[in-house]
Amino acid sequence: MTLLVDPEKCTGCRLCETVCSIKHEKVCNPTSSRIHVVKWMTSGVYIPMVCQQCDSPICQTVCPTDSIKRDNKTGALLIDYDKCVGCRICAVFCPFGGIGIDVNRGKVIKCDLCEGDPVCVKFCDPEALQYVPTTSLNLMKQRAAAEKFSELMKKLLAPT
Amino acid sequence: MVLNRKIAYVDLSKGKIVINDIPNKMRRLYLGGRGIDMYLLYNHIKPGIDALGPENTLTIGAGLLGGIPALGSGRYDISAKSPLTGAVGDSNMGGFFAAELRFAGFDHLAIRGIAEKPVYLWIHDGEIEIKDASHLWGKDTFETQTAITEDHHDDEIESMVIGIAGENLVRFANVRTGMKNSGGRTGMGCVMGSKKLKAIAARGTMDLEFAYPDELLDYCKEMNDKITGTRWVKAQQRWGSMIIYSNTNTTGLIRCRNFQYNRMEKGDVLECENMDKYSIGMSGCYACSVHCRHRYILTEGPYAPLFGEGPEYTSQGAFGTEPDCPSLETVLVANHLVNKYGIDTLEIGSIIAWAMELYEKGIIDEKMTDGLRLEWGNCDAVIEMIHKIAKREGFGNILADGILPAIEKIGKESEYYAIQVKGMSNLHSDERPTPSFALGIATSTRGSDHLRSRPALDLYGLPEDVLKEIYGGPVSSDYTSYDGKSRMVWWHELSYAVVDSLGLCKFQTTFLAVNAPRYEEWTKLIYYTTGMKFSKEELMTVGERIYTTERMFNIREGFSRKDDTLVERYFKEPTPIGFPMARNKNIDRKKFERMLNEYYALHGWSLEGEPTEQTLKKLELDREPSRML
Repeated sequence: MTLLVDPEKCTGCRLCETVCSIKHEKVCNPTSSRIHVVKWMTSGVYIPMVCQQCDSPICQTVCPTDSIKRDNKTGALLIDYDKCVGCRICAVFCPFGGIGIDVNRGKVIKCDLCEGDPVCVKFCDPEALQYVPTTSLNLMKQRAAAEKFSELMKKLLAPT
Repeated sequence: MVLNRKIAYVDLSKGKIVINDIPNKMRRLYLGGRGIDMYLLYNHIKPGIDALGPENTLTIGAGLLGGIPALGSGRYDISAKSPLTGAVGDSNMGGFFAAELRFAGFDHLAIRGIAEKPVYLWIHDGEIEIKDASHLWGKDTFETQTAITEDHHDDEIESMVIGIAGENLVRFANVRTGMKNSGGRTGMGCVMGSKKLKAIAARGTMDLEFAYPDELLDYCKEMNDKITGTRWVKAQQRWGSMIIYSNTNTTGLIRCRNFQYNRMEKGDVLECENMDKYSIGMSGCYACSVHCRHRYILTEGPYAPLFGEGPEYTSQGAFGTEPDCPSLETVLVANHLVNKYGIDTLEIGSIIAWAMELYEKGIIDEKMTDGLRLEWGNCDAVIEMIHKIAKREGFGNILADGILPAIEKIGKESEYYAIQVKGMSNLHSDERPTPSFALGIATSTRGSDHLRSRPALDLYGLPEDVLKEIYGGPVSSDYTSYDGKSRMVWWHELSYAVVDSLGLCKFQTTFLAVNAPRYEEWTKLIYYTTGMKFSKEELMTVGERIYTTERMFNIREGFSRKDDTLVERYFKEPTPIGFPMARNKNIDRKKFERMLNEYYALHGWSLEGEPTEQTLKKLELDREPSRML
């Protein structure tokens, strides 16, 4: 399964950040959230950014204590806090900013897909965040793109 | 704990800041947000002071539930003595500032004095600094916010700012965050301008701890599902508050040409469906599932390219129906301009429409208007007047002081055409067919205002037992009837006093949906968030305490029953058009006075509108001002 982000549907409300921090740390604090909505106020663009659970994860490669392991059930990359020394190299190297630093609890944090039931997805009413089978990821994109073609074709083929 | 958020007292004259705890007793009595703001106003503002002087106290209050992931919990109030009305000044706004303020460790600010030169407050993780704002003075509201984030190299900063209207002391200047969130009514931006306070910027990384986080999370999900399940919110999510216009203009419940018609003939072009041409999607406030505002783009015309957010129903009326401008683009441009200048959309639209009627009647002419032909439907003139008022240029300078001072300057014959209560202009609603709305704007503690009560549930012809269950007494389901409407107004006033103090969004209460969360749900949210137990009745008493505190403030400033009324035209001129139920309706003076008597009795106020001794005692207001904060 994949956590699919569709920025076109995002309304920028940051509900995902709120519920993520409550679920994981029992407090409301966007800096403890594993997901973050990047916003451009004057152009109205909102893009939620979260760990992509990469197939070849740089965070895992650079980790000096081998603390990042994949959960075979969900595919999420998880931090083993017993091994983690908090060097933050993973946070430095991740190209998406998928690893954050929770200053209040002194640890690196990342999306764990909530054991296969992501709370951000549950709360995201506009469905900018969805949890979908990985195989259907590009099928959904293809259908969305094809819809635009189909509208065009309907216009072209319509009797004049 | 969430209850450990502080209050800061800032004296801009002395450059002094004192930070204190907020006693739990204050929470039980006033919750937070508007409630504690009103307590502060009553306790810190001496009667009769100049609203633009150093003694006026500007308060900012995040709601008690601010930050929870439900029901639009990011709302907050900004309050002071109003420079527009001299009564309670108070404006409730959305966006992200309140949540950030709480993350930075504060719930309330009380700001007095006047800074020597322009300043802004920088609030971060328990600390407050007064910073130089010379480089921000003269910037518009968007530029100011951007400049502050650049100053601190932090895009997450939330700033509430004033634009040049506030700097120029336009009496109805507002306070703004983001592209659209506005503390619009009663001129709070003018008060900030008078204090040379350009902005308040907040950024925090402090935990907001809840009493029962797991239960709260589950219950918030339930609440969000409940509200997004209502048909009203489904419409809001697609169209925003612009959806209301389709009903009111069709029915005949709208002001057109100031107050001459109750329907706009060419008004179809303003209907929300036309937004599809401009809208690129919706936008939400902090942690809100309703996301009711459009993000829109104009790619053609003299103001293109332009990106803006909104417009609300209010702007459709302010720049569309009232001046009779059948142009959605005019509404979109004007909406953007008022946001940029930092000026109240409702007040400026109403005051321009008033000037247009004066122009039509020959009370003012081109000599006074600097050559502008203020004819109905002259869209360019409406836009031009916005520039002139914000900059206080020529005729704009006359209107910039508000409608009552403008009457003084223009002449007595202009008074009859002014559509206002207590010196603040009415919304573009036409309340003549709806006695509940008419009473609501007449009694509102902050001058003409539809959001102190907005008693709209009788518009649906609901069964009367449903209305009785909500209001706790008989209410007629006929919206043109006067029966039970005082009860509606009273009930909504208490309800919204509580909602504003919790920091929730009115749209996510019984605003237009009977099945939206009410007192029972709020008591649970308060319990899971803070651990404090309230009964429904106790919460209603808090609402009554807050509303009566506002009333006491106004009485102290010289307001009384005589001010709880409507302008003559409501009584004299019947509505000319609209659906049969909305047509040929004017307010019946006798029935209106009867409603007012009933309304005072429900509040526990005398026939003069003053709280009785018994009421003060019951509400624990008999020892105010008590200076607990």
